[in-house]
Amino acid sequence: MNTAGRDKGMQPLLEVGNLVKTYSRRRLAGSGEGVRALDGVSFSIFRGTTLAIVGESGSGKSTLASCLACLEKPTSGAIRFEDKDIVTLSEEDLRAIRRQMQLIFQDPASSFNPRWGVGEILIEPLALQGNLGRDEMRTRAHALLEQVGLSSSMEAKLASELSGGQRQRLAIARALMLEPKVLILDEALSALDCSVQAQIANLLVDLQSSCGMTYLFITHDLAMAAHLADEIAVMSKGRIVEHGAPNKILNQPQSVITRELLAAVPRLGFAGTRVAES
Amino acid sequence: MGSILEIRDLRVAYRSRNGDLSRALDGVSFFLGPGEVLGVLGESGSGKSTLALSLLGLLPRDSVVASGAVLFQGRDLLKAEPRELQAIRGKNISLIFQEPSVALHPTMRVGRQVRQILDAHGMGDRDELVRRTREVFETLFAGEAERIARSYPHQLSGGQRQRVLIAQAIACRPSVVIADEPTASLDPTTQKEILDVFRGLRKNLGLTMIFITHNPALLSGFADRVLVFYAGRVAELGPAKRVLTSPKHPYTQALFRSIPPLDEPHDAGERSLPTIPPDPNRSFPPRSGCPFEPRCPERMEICKSRDPGFVSLSESHMVSCFRYENQ
Repeated sequence: MNTAGRDKGMQPLLEVGNLVKTYSRRRLAGSGEGVRALDGVSFSIFRGTTLAIVGESGSGKSTLASCLACLEKPTSGAIRFEDKDIVTLSEEDLRAIRRQMQLIFQDPASSFNPRWGVGEILIEPLALQGNLGRDEMRTRAHALLEQVGLSSSMEAKLASELSGGQRQRLAIARALMLEPKVLILDEALSALDCSVQAQIANLLVDLQSSCGMTYLFITHDLAMAAHLADEIAVMSKGRIVEHGAPNKILNQPQSVITRELLAAVPRLGFAGTRVAES
Repeated sequence: MGSILEIRDLRVAYRSRNGDLSRALDGVSFFLGPGEVLGVLGESGSGKSTLALSLLGLLPRDSVVASGAVLFQGRDLLKAEPRELQAIRGKNISLIFQEPSVALHPTMRVGRQVRQILDAHGMGDRDELVRRTREVFETLFAGEAERIARSYPHQLSGGQRQRVLIAQAIACRPSVVIADEPTASLDPTTQKEILDVFRGLRKNLGLTMIFITHNPALLSGFADRVLVFYAGRVAELGPAKRVLTSPKHPYTQALFRSIPPLDEPHDAGERSLPTIPPDPNRSFPPRSGCPFEPRCPERMEICKSRDPGFVSLSESHMVSCFRYENQ
């Protein structure tokens, strides 16, 4: 899909150029050297496609997510979103951009107010934007609950009464309330059980084919990355060391880092994890 | 083969605030042989952590042990006095949790945190404690034992911290180590590092362990036997190789199918993973029959009303499913 977009000479939805993020080490003992969490990262994502970012802990994946979601200002480099360089935007303009790039975390439980009902949780981001009336917001909340596979009768439940999979569905519904163009999923499936991961992965695929959603899928699960993504970028020490189609990354890895990551993936003791019918 | 630990018909429930009981373990029986690694596979809520806690007498106050026995060296741990349990925990049976950054004291050198455990179990005088601490650090951190022992947790990587927890767990040379999702928070490279540590310990110290996880692939090439939990019950128990490569219970089969394969990336058109359909009633209130029946792709009429019990497929492979009854 991604390559198709490229062939037609389409503009990427999101384009990152030579992104650098340095954290100062001032407050720690001694040296004035900073940590380069991102060290010249460049890539682009086309509308309706998925780019997976894989790498070890500490490789810079989550820093990248925070920079893209405009939660942190990169030290240098450019992030072009629909022709705007969001690095240079004012705080006010950023607010409009943030709603278009929603971030979904590993454990949604910690991002919900446990005393709030599902309905309130969904409506809050829209209420903060203040453009819609109460009824319109509720109608949209109901529609989204159904769309992510929860029922609109769940509106009155507390977030703490939901299972892990239901909470992740709710987090996705909340992000969709603002009609974003990009979802940044930072280890969004990692904490879930295998069978629930499959359900949420299918939901992401469905949303992509029905609404043309664009995903940046950050994970250390190479198999899931290969399943969901059109392209995979492998990160190490703040850089992208390899970038290509899942097939190529899995079958002809070029970089040592990729090979190590692949070698570390635990596998069931036979070809693939598909279970032969017995 | 004698068993080190034997669990008989264990039934544990949790009492909610309005007094209702919800079953967490529903008649679980199995044994653990010396030097054996038993993999326990189950999803959240299947009862696998409740199992770990009940083996150590660490069940929370709102839990109710309805029946069963946990036999360790001939004693029933469920009937043991708190003091007796305290002596057994950490010394004879120890537990490794999943989150190493929370389990360690942040302002104490990790060497001291291991020595404290030896001290608490009266493993000798000061010199002996120091000697044994050094020994266990050398087992886990060959070549850098000194440096690691003198470090604080924040100076260590996630993998190193997890190894410190393993050091604590094996310091007293326990008969059984229970590891509850010990690699869940680690990335694949570190995960492999920790699995290799366990493999080494097993080979060199003959460690007997229960390895609890929701990821079947972690058990491959490591566990001797695999026990699959569903809704607080044993769905399937058998030799690891058999269960992992040709599972028999419809739940185990469906679970494995839902994991995307690494070796054969999807075709352009095929992007949907097979899932297990949700249980419309979430199995509540408790019903008779097989607990997996509402979600089972191969359910039969009998599954609704009768409990399948166990069918032996071979001497060591059992499955709780009617489909195998007449084979």
